[in-house]
Amino acid sequence: MKKVKKFTVSIYTENNLGLLNRISAIFLKRHLSIDSINSSPCEIEDIFRFVIVLKTEEELIKKVITQLEKQVEVIAAFYHTDVETIFQESALYKVKTEALFQKKKVHTIIKNSHASIVMVSPEYFVIEKTGKREETEKLYTDLAPFGILQFVRSGRISVTKEPMRITEILEKNK
Amino acid sequence: MKITGSEAVIKCLLEENVDLIYGYPGGAIMPIYDALYHYQKEVKHVLVRHEQGATHAAQGYARSSGKPGVVFATSGPGATNLITGIADAQIDSTPMVCITGQVASHLLGSDAFQETDIVGISTPITKWNYQITKAEEIPTVLAKAFFIAKSGRPGPVLVDITKDAQFELIDFKYQACTKVRSYKPEPSSSLKELDAAVDLINKAKKPLIVFGQGVILGEAEEEFKNFIEKTGIPAAWTILGLSALPTAHPLNVGMVGMHGNYGPNVLTNECDLLIAMGMRFDDRVTGDLNRYAKQAKIIHFEIDPAEVNKNVPVDVAVLGNIKKTLPQITEKVNKNNHENWLKEFRKRDEIEYQTVIEKDLHPTKDEMTMGEVIHAINEETKGDAIIVTDVGQHQMVACRYAKFNQSKSNITSGGLGTMGFALPAALGAKMGAPEREVVAIIGDGGYQMTIQELGTIFQTGAAVKIVVLNNNFLGMVRQWQQLFFDKRYASTELVNPDFVTIAKGYYIDGEKVDKRSGLKNAVKKMIQSKKPCFLEVCVEKEDNVFPMIPTGESVSNIRLS
Ligand SMILES: Cc1ncc(C[n+]2csc(CCOP(=O)(O)OP(=O)(O)O)c2C)c(N)n1
Repeated sequence: MKKVKKFTVSIYTENNLGLLNRISAIFLKRHLSIDSINSSPCEIEDIFRFVIVLKTEEELIKKVITQLEKQVEVIAAFYHTDVETIFQESALYKVKTEALFQKKKVHTIIKNSHASIVMVSPEYFVIEKTGKREETEKLYTDLAPFGILQFVRSGRISVTKEPMRITEILEKNK
Repeated sequence: MKITGSEAVIKCLLEENVDLIYGYPGGAIMPIYDALYHYQKEVKHVLVRHEQGATHAAQGYARSSGKPGVVFATSGPGATNLITGIADAQIDSTPMVCITGQVASHLLGSDAFQETDIVGISTPITKWNYQITKAEEIPTVLAKAFFIAKSGRPGPVLVDITKDAQFELIDFKYQACTKVRSYKPEPSSSLKELDAAVDLINKAKKPLIVFGQGVILGEAEEEFKNFIEKTGIPAAWTILGLSALPTAHPLNVGMVGMHGNYGPNVLTNECDLLIAMGMRFDDRVTGDLNRYAKQAKIIHFEIDPAEVNKNVPVDVAVLGNIKKTLPQITEKVNKNNHENWLKEFRKRDEIEYQTVIEKDLHPTKDEMTMGEVIHAINEETKGDAIIVTDVGQHQMVACRYAKFNQSKSNITSGGLGTMGFALPAALGAKMGAPEREVVAIIGDGGYQMTIQELGTIFQTGAAVKIVVLNNNFLGMVRQWQQLFFDKRYASTELVNPDFVTIAKGYYIDGEKVDKRSGLKNAVKKMIQSKKPCFLEVCVEKEDNVFPMIPTGESVSNIRLS
């Protein structure tokens, strides 16, 4: 049996309309389902970085990387395992404000989980927590008895321990 | 002076030395056609009968001329009709620039009349695509489009232009594109890889080359010939590599793959070094990967890094255009010959001749075989013609038996296997190489998929020779039904029209041959004609193409009957 592992794929691209479609098509073509996807500007002006998390075999992800790099507007693509990266996710929890007054415990939960309250209104308040998946999930379970009105979690963002050398690649292709 | 976006489009094409466009007009591209009207002397437009025909004609043109094919279509159905040809060009690495009209930009996304998201639809099957909504983008985007289509591993690009951008006025300035910072068309190899390849080649006792279209696309035929002649290594071809090396060359050992030759297929699993040259280990070539050349060291000469280790793990990858990499290898390798090893191929050729080829080419039964028709064409063209094939049994037979003296002579839909390819592609091939004889070999099934392009052939007068091998079946599917589905011929029998009458309806000379005695003369007459000609040959209905590697089988287990 081939081993399925979790990989973080980082893709450096030009900022181009339609590129997301082109990138996701490569995963779709191989019937790979994506756990999360994030796109943002990176440290280089006008260049975007996609961070895609998925579970698959290493042999396959290597091939996907070369097929991603083959796209004209992809500058470079990499894959890493969790130990090679520093990564985080953000979660927001919207809870009824009653919970704050009725049960003192909520304060302790928020404090212990190093979460913060981002806003409070008479009806509801919003908690934010950034961390690993286990941490945001634990907070979810802890808050669940108080009634969560809304919950949302971002895709993973990550930086690698190794340098990426995108500027060098761009220099070379100039 | 300001010009419209539409005129800018035409001017860009002229800057790129485009002299031929295949296309079909419609509402959203009318401004561009109107601009074209004023440039009829500089650039010729061929009005096809269906947009799919435009793409295949552009492919045929690109493959016989080496220049990118250019296609125009309108929005909506015009654009979606291009899809099959774009997919075909993508998988067979054919340079093509498609320009589609689009609804005005303020209507985008509103389900306007004839609006389709052609950029979205074509994304997975284009090398690159782009939607232009402002005329000022036209020169840079088209320059980039041509550069991308032609450079590195070639492929199709699509540029969608909204109608308002076609009307908008701009100052025109053109600068050819030579670089895109995020794109590396030709990877390079280090000395280390080159030396490792040289070392493996020098040590090999039983080396085998399998060459693909990379040799043709890189225009490296001469470099390739020098390499094999110095090393004495037997060279086999994939269907798209065919004609890169003359079929009569003493080191040419035939075709690999599902219906390839016995020798190179079986000996793939006996060689000690396999050199893949501009080919991509398609499953139709390799059969079962777990039983493919496991005993051999493998060197892969390849321009597209995504092809390396994709299907077959290799020992050495020489990345880059073989036009540049190969001469460096040739210079360093030892002069050698592999006479005894070559004899192993010739021994198996003899077996294949006795069991398959002789009765294909010189049948004694009453019914005609596809093989003898190809043989008759060879006799007449002496291997100098461009042969364009469709998809099916006739394609395999033609590729097996056609003789070629020069490159860019075999034009077929390899990767996608698109029925309907040949008729329009033959038209394009003839226009891309007007001085050459172009013979299309088509099945009675595939012919009817794009038969309307007879109209285009008539209108242009392109002297294409069209041969339909009529077996009244979707022959290749019927063969599989016979071999693997207990002869249950589900929907493969065709009741055909009178093809000669149809050809004549388009004012194309037509003839039908149903007896061997008439074949030679009919072929001769057709080849000697200076006009487009149609020839229908009635062949045995239930012949099978052999040898054959059944799907999922090893190349070693190729069947001779
Ligand atoms: C567009 C398309 N549809 C279906 C197929 C599947 N297919 C492959 S070969 C074949 C039969 C072709 O029959 P014909 O054109 O008569 O040629 P023959 O095999 O008889 O030489 C079919 C249906 C295909 N390759 N392309």
